[in-house]
Amino acid sequence: MGAVAIHCEGISKRYRLGERQRYRALRDAVSEAVSAPFRRMRSALRGQGTEHHRGPEYLWALRDVSLEVRHGEVLGIIGRNGAGKSTLLKILSWITRPTAGRAEIYGRTGSLLEVGTGFHPELTGRENIYLNGAILGMTRCEIERKFDEIVEFSECERFLDTPVKHFSSGMQMRLAFAVAAHLETEILLVDEVLAVGDAPFQEKCLAKARKAAHAGRTVLFVSHNLLAVNTHCSRAICLHEGKVVSEGPSQQVTSRYVRNWITRLTEIEYPDLSRAPGNERFRLRRACVRPLNGTPDDQITVRTPIVVEFEYQKLADEDSLELVVDLLDQHGVHILETWWPADRPVPSGVSRSWFVVPGDLLNAGPHRVRFFGALAACGLPTLEDLLVFDVQDSADLRNLYHGDWPGAVRPNIEWKTEQLGPLSPGDDSLRS
Amino acid sequence: MRVNKPGSSWDLRWRQLWEYRELVYFLTWRDIKVRYKQTILGAAWAIVQPVFTALILSLFLGKLAKVPSDGMPYPVFAYTAMVPWQLFSQALTEASNSLVANERLITKVYFPRMAIPLSAVLAALVEFAIAFLVLVPFLAYYRIVPKATAITALFIGLLAVVVAFGVGLWLSALNVQYRDVRYTLSFIIQLWFLASPVAYPASVVPHRWRVWYGLNPMVGIIEGFRWAMLGIGHPPWRLVLASVASTAVILIGGLFYFQRMEDSFADLM
Repeated sequence: MGAVAIHCEGISKRYRLGERQRYRALRDAVSEAVSAPFRRMRSALRGQGTEHHRGPEYLWALRDVSLEVRHGEVLGIIGRNGAGKSTLLKILSWITRPTAGRAEIYGRTGSLLEVGTGFHPELTGRENIYLNGAILGMTRCEIERKFDEIVEFSECERFLDTPVKHFSSGMQMRLAFAVAAHLETEILLVDEVLAVGDAPFQEKCLAKARKAAHAGRTVLFVSHNLLAVNTHCSRAICLHEGKVVSEGPSQQVTSRYVRNWITRLTEIEYPDLSRAPGNERFRLRRACVRPLNGTPDDQITVRTPIVVEFEYQKLADEDSLELVVDLLDQHGVHILETWWPADRPVPSGVSRSWFVVPGDLLNAGPHRVRFFGALAACGLPTLEDLLVFDVQDSADLRNLYHGDWPGAVRPNIEWKTEQLGPLSPGDDSLRS
Repeated sequence: MRVNKPGSSWDLRWRQLWEYRELVYFLTWRDIKVRYKQTILGAAWAIVQPVFTALILSLFLGKLAKVPSDGMPYPVFAYTAMVPWQLFSQALTEASNSLVANERLITKVYFPRMAIPLSAVLAALVEFAIAFLVLVPFLAYYRIVPKATAITALFIGLLAVVVAFGVGLWLSALNVQYRDVRYTLSFIIQLWFLASPVAYPASVVPHRWRVWYGLNPMVGIIEGFRWAMLGIGHPPWRLVLASVASTAVILIGGLFYFQRMEDSFADLM
């Protein structure tokens, strides 16, 4: 372990809410400038401060983050969406400035926040290699020296002089990744770009990444893929709401993350019934998702049967009730829909309804539960993301493959092979 | 070691822009390569625009409205002015839209942001070169042979690039925050065209207003360019000097404004 490569002290980053979503039109600034004095006057008359009441709303993407990474270390950064991972990488790579604190970076730094930044569809593969390389910070000599290697890595030799708009998206990704993989800076900041291409190409990328780590380069790796973090990073930090909540050996940090942060939406209760979802004749009291024979705090893996249950209050016996539940994966793919049919009566009072999703069905990754239904043939409000749960990968079926397991579902499918007969003597047809 | 903290260092920017000079080269090269992809006329566009503008001006202003042209054939007078004007308006348009057009780069990679408007402006030099090459046979047709002063025309052309860069710094940075710039731009260029001596000679402006008129840097540039190519009358040194002075003010202001805004670009995109 070498000298300090990255040293951060109390980094905070504040965004004005809405700033990132929408640009301002000049008229907004003008109307603000015109209305501000009146507003200030009004609140002064009421004897209130201006700042607290009508000031713009801010969001702290990072709060007081301190961090030290040594040369040759591979550090994983995990956390939920919006935890500040990407903001941290953006500050370390200089794309944006911290609102407070300082980040010191010792050594040439390359950042891969996206694959194929700056690719131009009208330019040929060859031209894009040069352009993309230059954008990532390579010099022309460097690109020229590695050009053949990049082309070979990308497996796109034949299309080198075709505009990339005619490439398939897979080919574009491969070409882009090939350039990125040859960025040989001392410090590398990577934001979840490893998951590109088909399985053999992924394996090639991982091999390249491992080689980089062995060569003593410093890598900061942001990922949602806990398995990849465990495999590639010796140390990890976990961010939550802009703060570092845990730091240490990867295994320890990832398993703590799973226990504490991902499972947070596996249970929801509405103590105040008058404000619970529903209407005057039906209220949802509680919903949870848990492993069969477990609690909502327990870990769910791809192999676990999962229980989804709802507790609700119903006013009248005679109202028919239909409950519909959709299960969606992280990409918004609709995995399944299931329902309690309206023709099965539910008595008034408090009831619980549940169903079991069998194990060996869902793929790894976050899943979301959408809830809706109908009471007396009248629609109940749709609850998007009522529950969110993470299905953990399980290593026991994977053998040597570490990449993403493609597909919306992942049933445990058994293969069989049987021999139909031995080779007949003198049968040479397999040779030549 | 590099330190990222609030605030920024002015002299660091220059060193970095130098370090990233190859990127400026590649971005310029990209802008040039991509500009006329999927067009029928291709690079001929560089000539079509100034030639047709000069034709229309010659017909309506030269022939019908009898606008004076300092004793030149009006088409010569107008096309010669169109060459630096086209360079300026093209460079300004490209530079002003450049940051917004390269949003992906700005939010995903670090490099000195000034590389983007700079390369946009440099790419416009190609069209200038084409229009300039057409100018020579055009003048020959009117039996005008450029004198040695024509060399100065190239420097004056560079001055037009600097003006476009200076204004482009202001507008591109403003454009990141206020997209109104996009809609105002063609309007600004139209007004600027009318306020510059492209279709009429600077000599129609009364003497007492000349000083104020000269504050428009394009006045000195266009008059200077015309003098350099056609070689008639006195060299308009005073207008050119005024132009250099106001260019310097615009450029320095633009540099300061740009570097002050630069840090927030990625957050505002």
